[in-house]
Amino acid sequence: MFGKLTLEAVPYHEPIVMVTLAMVALGGLALIAAITYFRKWNYLWTEWLTSVDHKRIGVMYIIVALVMLLRGFADAMMMRSQLALATNGALGYLPPDHYDQIFTAHGVIMIIFMAMPFMFGLMNIILPLQIGARDVAFPFLNSLSFWLLVAAVVLMNLSLGVGEFARTGWVAYPPLSGLEFSPGVGVDYYIWALQISGIGTTLTAVNFLVTVLKMRAPTMKLMEMPIFTWTCTWANVLVVASFPILTAALGMLTLDRYLDFHFFTSDGGGNAMMYINLFWAWGHPEVYILVLPAFGIFSEVISTFTGKRLFGYKSMIYASGVIAILGFVVWLHHFFTMGSGANVNAFFGIATMVIAIPTGVKLFNWLFTIYRGRLRFTSPVLWTLGFMVTFTIGGMTGVLMAVPGADFVLHNSLFLIAHFHNTIIGGAVFGYLAGFTFWFPKVFGFKLNEKWGKASFWFWQIGFYFAFVPLYILGFLGMTRRLNHTDNPDWTPWLYVACIGAVLILFGILCQFIQVFVSVRDRKKLVDESGDPWNAHTLEWATSSPPPFYNFATTPVVHDIDAFTDMKEKGIAYDRPARYAPIHMPRNTSAGLIIGAFATVGGFAAIWHIWWLAIVSLVGIVAAFLVRAYDNDVDYYVQPAEIERLENAHLAKLAKA
Amino acid sequence: MSQHPKAGHAAHADEGKHGSVQSYIVGFILAVILTVIPFWMVMDSNVSRKATLIAISLFAIVQIVVHLKYFLHLDFSTEGKPNTFSFLFTALVIVMLVGLSVWIIFSANALMM
Amino acid sequence: MTSHVIQSHAAHAAGHGHDHEHHDSGGSTVFGFWLYLMTDCILFASVFATYAVLFMNTAGGVSGKDIFELDFVLVETFALLLSSITYGFAMIAAHKGNKGGTIRWLLATFLLGAVFISMEVYEFHHLIAAGHGPSSSAFLSAFFALVGMHGLHVAAGMLWMIVMILEVNRRGLAPRTMTRLTCLSLFWHFLDIVWICVFTIVYLMGAL
Repeated sequence: MFGKLTLEAVPYHEPIVMVTLAMVALGGLALIAAITYFRKWNYLWTEWLTSVDHKRIGVMYIIVALVMLLRGFADAMMMRSQLALATNGALGYLPPDHYDQIFTAHGVIMIIFMAMPFMFGLMNIILPLQIGARDVAFPFLNSLSFWLLVAAVVLMNLSLGVGEFARTGWVAYPPLSGLEFSPGVGVDYYIWALQISGIGTTLTAVNFLVTVLKMRAPTMKLMEMPIFTWTCTWANVLVVASFPILTAALGMLTLDRYLDFHFFTSDGGGNAMMYINLFWAWGHPEVYILVLPAFGIFSEVISTFTGKRLFGYKSMIYASGVIAILGFVVWLHHFFTMGSGANVNAFFGIATMVIAIPTGVKLFNWLFTIYRGRLRFTSPVLWTLGFMVTFTIGGMTGVLMAVPGADFVLHNSLFLIAHFHNTIIGGAVFGYLAGFTFWFPKVFGFKLNEKWGKASFWFWQIGFYFAFVPLYILGFLGMTRRLNHTDNPDWTPWLYVACIGAVLILFGILCQFIQVFVSVRDRKKLVDESGDPWNAHTLEWATSSPPPFYNFATTPVVHDIDAFTDMKEKGIAYDRPARYAPIHMPRNTSAGLIIGAFATVGGFAAIWHIWWLAIVSLVGIVAAFLVRAYDNDVDYYVQPAEIERLENAHLAKLAKA
Repeated sequence: MSQHPKAGHAAHADEGKHGSVQSYIVGFILAVILTVIPFWMVMDSNVSRKATLIAISLFAIVQIVVHLKYFLHLDFSTEGKPNTFSFLFTALVIVMLVGLSVWIIFSANALMM
Repeated sequence: MTSHVIQSHAAHAAGHGHDHEHHDSGGSTVFGFWLYLMTDCILFASVFATYAVLFMNTAGGVSGKDIFELDFVLVETFALLLSSITYGFAMIAAHKGNKGGTIRWLLATFLLGAVFISMEVYEFHHLIAAGHGPSSSAFLSAFFALVGMHGLHVAAGMLWMIVMILEVNRRGLAPRTMTRLTCLSLFWHFLDIVWICVFTIVYLMGAL
């Protein structure tokens, strides 16, 4: 009846887990009680959960990302404190089987459930606004993608309390992740969480590619699209081309585990290296998926706050394209040591080094944009400058490891860990945080508190170096990744410093949350009536803050790369059109949420081998989809009178401001 | 696929590219020829193994192109471009993915023999 | 498709008309579906790559030469090829507004698909009964996964076809239905292309 699921699956004997669960339960109850007390269920359901508005969906993505940032960071703190305590032969407080789950969860969460949703959240909110569109091409699909991500997040977090998570590292290499060596449900949680979120990710990318190609303001040429839109588009191309590889690799691992196939097993002629190969054929493009949109954010921030047009707009686009395509011919550098021979390693090593060239082009473009500009040192700019220094160091250590000979020494050492945190934190995360601060007033109509934002930046930036420079050194000293406890006096001081660095980053994150809290409290003082608080260049600033649900009362007419600057210079930015035409909008739907719920249940059933429930869920998904497909009441027209009312209110505010 | 009650314009706009009876029959005949020859070469001919291998690969590629042209109506017209270019990009990725994967694993196998 | 978008763009420029280009145009749907097919292409390519890597790993068991029956595969291939052209005729009938013709050609396509699937199920059953199931070796794992994945796609296409037959029957050939028929057409012809790769790489090269 319940497959492999029994009451033994709850880890009663693990005090850390049980305390966490109790806190999560208390927090959840408090949230539910608060929503009930303030009678917000109806509001939540109609305005948010069933919304197909890309801006609302984007905000929900970022909320998920921030929650998962907290969980992923809690994992990081546990690892750093464990390694600081478990030195000189001490065992620390985390036994290996728990510790292994923590580092696996940390990797999976930070990449798949923190960085990806953060990136998609910003893209959801901003991209349609930047191209003058009313919404994305397929609003229902967009909502569905989001709820599939939520389904995966729920599964991921369920593994904390019901059963276990994988102990394989976030890459889940077989044969360790095969049934023989991982007979528990941990790897199954991993597989289904990644599969479900991967499907959502692929659908999102398809959706936004169609949006960019078919939904732009008719007068906007491709080579006039804002740079953030362009870098997101390249990222989406990469998603479409690479996520199916992950789907296939995980699918075959599933067959190995569930139906006794022999793709990656050590017996029966299986070849575990093929999994590693496919995993990185996805995994390498994946890091560009994360970082390219961040490059776009930095470009927007730099050109806005220097008051200049971005230097080398076209070269920026081509450089992104080159990075995207080269991203598909470098994946072997993740496993030089596998032993494919000198020719193979040389090819992939050189291809990897070549990627430094377009990335260098970008860096010089940013520098030249700043040159002779009047840079305003706001917190988004601080994040950008911090990125430019930090990411360059990360890039250089990357080129170092692209030398196969050097990689044989550094492979799977803490040097590698330092390198990829250097690029992903210094590149992607700094970018998202810059974008968060930069676009916050657009979404909510008031700015974030600068003092706390700057404090957050400095804690992050200094904490980053304290946390990761020691890891570079430890890598040179020979310390490998995923160690549970150490017994080498040379390493101990560096492990202490790294732990201090993690605490500094913790302060940075706390400052971030305080910043949001303080800003919400002072929102009257920080309010922005103009819709354009930074004197920016692109179309998202041409509408009110927050934008009306239809984004633009009339579709903007674009004549320039910096379309909004062009309008402001011509003095037509705030002109009221003679009359408004009805606007065609999609209706909200609960279908995405329902399918997401079925996916959660179905994934859970598959993990625990509860086959009847899995079948019920599958039927439920198909049925919900068909009901939605044959629903004729999916859209409506906003009438000119209502548009006029909303627009007049906005124009009145503008006149005051 | 569910939010497009007003698909009218589009469905009519690409009327020019949904093919005619004649083009389908041409495509079908070509496909039959391109299917039968490689089967015959493998089942029933004395061509050398290597030549057969090359020939059937070429026949497959040509047949894929025939299908793309006559059944999937890919072309380089203004309407067809996005589809065609996305396919070409996909083909490039597939060549890199499959080609490099096979190279990587076969090289590793060779060194472990 | 794009011509439609351009038309509505012109409408915009002239400052009248509704926003037809927004989130409901059939052209966008067909293009979006095409992009999904591209992801499917890469999914298949990954499994093909795995098959290419594993096909020699027979673990002492049978190889392709021992189990493939090419005349059988040729019949399967013809069922699929014929179904491609019948689907083409269904689309031609649909564009002419011929409801009955569309349904009849769709049924013919469905039947040919059923022939293909039945033959494949027979082949799989035959192999498993002979002790050459997917658990026997990496080669057979890859074979069953690759050919089975194509078969599952065909089966899904047939289910979709039933839904479309019912839709055409009930609602006629409205624009939304035409868009969906076009998407299914792309799906069905796409599966044919995958099958070309399957019979060439798996069956012909395997039997060589």
